[in-house]
Amino acid sequence: MNTVIGKKLKVATTSLAGCFGCHMSLLDIDERLFDLIELIEFDRSPLTDIKELGSCDIGIIEGGLCNAENVHVLREFRRQCKILIAIGACAINGGLPAQRNQLSLALILQEVYHTSVGLANGLIPNDPELPLPLAKVRALHEVVNIDYFIPGCPPSADTIWKALNDILGGREPELGHGLIQYD
Amino acid sequence: MTATPDPVAAAVAAAVEHYRGDPNYILQMLREIQEACDWITPEAIDGLQRALLLPRTKIEGVAGFYAHLYTRPHGRYRVLFSDNITDRMLGNLELLEYMCKQLWVERGKTSEEGLVSIDTASCTGMCDQGPALLVNNYAITHVTRQRVDEMCELIRNKVALADWPGEYFRVEDNVRRKDILLGSDCAPGAALRAALPRGPEALLQEIKASKLRGRGGAGFATGLKWEACRNAEGRAHYVVCNADEGEPGTFKDRVLLASYADLVFEGMTLCAFVIGAGRGMLYLRGEYRHLLDRLNAVLERRRRDHLLGANILGRPGFDFDIEIHLGAGAYICGEESALIESLEGKRGTPRNRPPFPVTHGYLDQPTVVNNVETFAASCLVAQGGGARYAGIGTAESTGTKILSVSGDCARPGLYEYAYGVSVGEVLAACGASEVQAVQVSGPSGVCLAAAEFGRRIAFEDVPTAGALMVFDHSRDMFEVARNFVHFFAHESCGFCTPCRVGTSLLRNLMDKLRNGHGSPYDFAEIERLNGILQSMSHCGLGHTACNPVLDTIAKFRPAYERRLQQKEFVPAFDLDWALEPARQMTGRDDAGAHFDTAPGEER
Amino acid sequence: MSGRFTIDGKIVAFTEGQTIIQAALAAGVYIPHLCYHPEFKPHGSCKLCTVKVDGRHTASCTMLAQADMVVESNTPALNDERRTLTQMLFVEGNHFCPSCEKSGDCKLQATAYELGMMSAHYDHFFPKRPVDASHPDVLLDFNRCILCSLCVRASRDVDRKNAFALCGRGIHTHLIVNAKSGRLADTDVTLQDKAVHVCPVGVFLRKDKGFNVPIGRRVFDLKPISAYVDASAAIEKE
Repeated sequence: MNTVIGKKLKVATTSLAGCFGCHMSLLDIDERLFDLIELIEFDRSPLTDIKELGSCDIGIIEGGLCNAENVHVLREFRRQCKILIAIGACAINGGLPAQRNQLSLALILQEVYHTSVGLANGLIPNDPELPLPLAKVRALHEVVNIDYFIPGCPPSADTIWKALNDILGGREPELGHGLIQYD
Repeated sequence: MTATPDPVAAAVAAAVEHYRGDPNYILQMLREIQEACDWITPEAIDGLQRALLLPRTKIEGVAGFYAHLYTRPHGRYRVLFSDNITDRMLGNLELLEYMCKQLWVERGKTSEEGLVSIDTASCTGMCDQGPALLVNNYAITHVTRQRVDEMCELIRNKVALADWPGEYFRVEDNVRRKDILLGSDCAPGAALRAALPRGPEALLQEIKASKLRGRGGAGFATGLKWEACRNAEGRAHYVVCNADEGEPGTFKDRVLLASYADLVFEGMTLCAFVIGAGRGMLYLRGEYRHLLDRLNAVLERRRRDHLLGANILGRPGFDFDIEIHLGAGAYICGEESALIESLEGKRGTPRNRPPFPVTHGYLDQPTVVNNVETFAASCLVAQGGGARYAGIGTAESTGTKILSVSGDCARPGLYEYAYGVSVGEVLAACGASEVQAVQVSGPSGVCLAAAEFGRRIAFEDVPTAGALMVFDHSRDMFEVARNFVHFFAHESCGFCTPCRVGTSLLRNLMDKLRNGHGSPYDFAEIERLNGILQSMSHCGLGHTACNPVLDTIAKFRPAYERRLQQKEFVPAFDLDWALEPARQMTGRDDAGAHFDTAPGEER
Repeated sequence: MSGRFTIDGKIVAFTEGQTIIQAALAAGVYIPHLCYHPEFKPHGSCKLCTVKVDGRHTASCTMLAQADMVVESNTPALNDERRTLTQMLFVEGNHFCPSCEKSGDCKLQATAYELGMMSAHYDHFFPKRPVDASHPDVLLDFNRCILCSLCVRASRDVDRKNAFALCGRGIHTHLIVNAKSGRLADTDVTLQDKAVHVCPVGVFLRKDKGFNVPIGRRVFDLKPISAYVDASAAIEKE
């Protein structure tokens, strides 16, 4: 990694309406993790199990916005992170969860809880502990300003490595053929 | 036992017969079928398909393009409120809502028993006597709450439109100032009688000498256009009169066709004489349906008077006739190549140019397309000579221009002035005061602020198709621009990517600002979209769709800055409202069921 | 008439009647495009192939090449505008690449890669466009339609069936099929039709085989779209 040697950059990551596939792909950079960890330290992240988000240089978010909690977390990341990166198809365009946008939420909830058998005794769960689903699944950039995008489902380890290199080096990520993939 | 007559089959048969089964007239057939059956049923399309041997895709594609053709059930009474900014200023939306309430129908839907449907339409060309609406394509002007009440009563009682009070449908000319054209005493045939003895070449030279330029706004030299068409080789030559006066705020052609139709038809005949055309077509916007029968009567009279038909005025071999085609709600058909597509019974999509219509127009043959006013003015040239005409107006813009004035003024209507008149003079004449801005030439034109009222109506200064919409200081220029942006999004033909998607994106951004969700980020996006529309679009609609926004940003920036209420990006949609369906389904209303932060507190 | 013109400083020869894009592609100069197809009459609707000719924007698929034209194409400003057009196409439809059988063989996707499109940038429209699975051999997924009219043109000009048309207007423009029911099964479309194979995206899918070529070994996985002289032929062979 070629970046200015100095204080380690604080990086937080999270998965919203995602599958953790992007996080798995991040781990797939394998031994390059050792290089990376020389430059950054993780704050809140599934990798650290730190629950509280502190002030960070970079936030990396996987997954789209499917419910109120996703929005709260995203806003918290936007407040705390200087640079926000959307990673993976779901964060960028809603991805698989957004396939439900073709149907109304009412229809979906009815189908799942009223029509189908065996769930919640035919009632739609209304516990205040549960986050309410949004009318439509949204991409991150539709709700907060996003600084960089790393597409892919998931992006390959090489793609992530190249994009992070560019971003840490203060450059607009340029992936090029083979690394820029939407699938 | 007699078979029940099938009204749809009968309507199809009548329409097909009317147009001799010529598939080029498919749009006219669809229009007539709808007039008879309220909407175009799948069975009507079956019938047309069988009679014309056309693929269903072709018929459905055409029917689906025009805003005022319906392939889904619509009411027996189809009410469309004109939605130009001038109608808005006169409270059209309140009247629409009131009518919906009275008749228990949702806007854009058809009432349960199929009685009535109510919606909005782009400017219907009645800005001098708004708010206006169309019922089954017939214009009703000066709509008031009382008139709405009366209409609701008539609709509930299922009174046939023909039996509605005649005064509803009265369309005034409102000619406020006449000059050589509106004051002309040119009798039917006089211009032809002056021109025919001297021959087509001499007439062409007079037209060129007059320096007459197209009145549709672009200002192409009429003489050059006629000459190019005359010189172009083809099986046949055609004259087309563009009466698709769709530019919001423009209504001069309505008056010319209502009260000066002879001048228009005679001008077309003069053009036919020059270019050697046998057929002419007048493309009349569907919103002017009320003029159709009157215009056909004028054509009939001119045929009787040997001003149309074979051997016109006894000149052997000068055969020319005119037919009228009606549009069906598509602003884009004012673009000449889209208009020709529409005349050929196709979707009104602008063609790739070159080639231009003068060489490859109607049925790919040499065609002159001119504006209504251009043809009318050509009569004055034929009668009085080119030199005399060229002496009026300015050096580069000869003759006169008819201006359609509407909005905040005491005397809206038509004002004819020699070219070179200042905007300020027109404003004084129409009784406008406290004027903040004037939109010249409709949404695609230019928005002038007070400091520019000394500018002149002329091709070399402010070119115009003729609309002046006046806005006083009480008006919000952002809302004016937003209305125009909605107009373009509605009227984009959908052919090219930048205009099809870009006009919708621009509309969404303007709505976002209106809804208080705007930030400097969105402002930058608007400016960026303006650039894409201008550089990448297929035709003038896309190129000019950003004009109202560009102009109002440049001249009325505070109206935008007021809207940029957010410092940082916020969503275009209401986040809390996005939880409403879930709240309804769960019955929850606790704190966790809402987003507590007001927009702007988050980044 | 034939002659030469320059594109981004490179001299390109042309023969009479050739458009700018035809001459450029023949000379190995890539100009992004979606609705252009070498076997069909130019259409000029997607506007991806817009270049600057003597300083003015114009679609290179409809503009005839002329001697001594100065054409700009591969410039940051033009590619920026083209990228915006691809973003418009992505938000207008429902383009979910990970689940699409055409991923890797899709000209929209490959063009977006070429232009470095990292996100769709705009808010997604999420239009409702139900699929048509009625036909025994062909699935129609309208979610991916970019309204290029290639199937319309192929069915009209090659198959002589007029099986497809664009209907509606503006942002509501959509593809229809030639059947009262609106179902592909009720048309005379067969797997042999040209129309079924010209789609630059993934509207037309064969039912009898899928994922024959694994992701990663597909047309635009092997080479970027700019490296193909005829990208349409390459994906139609698949």
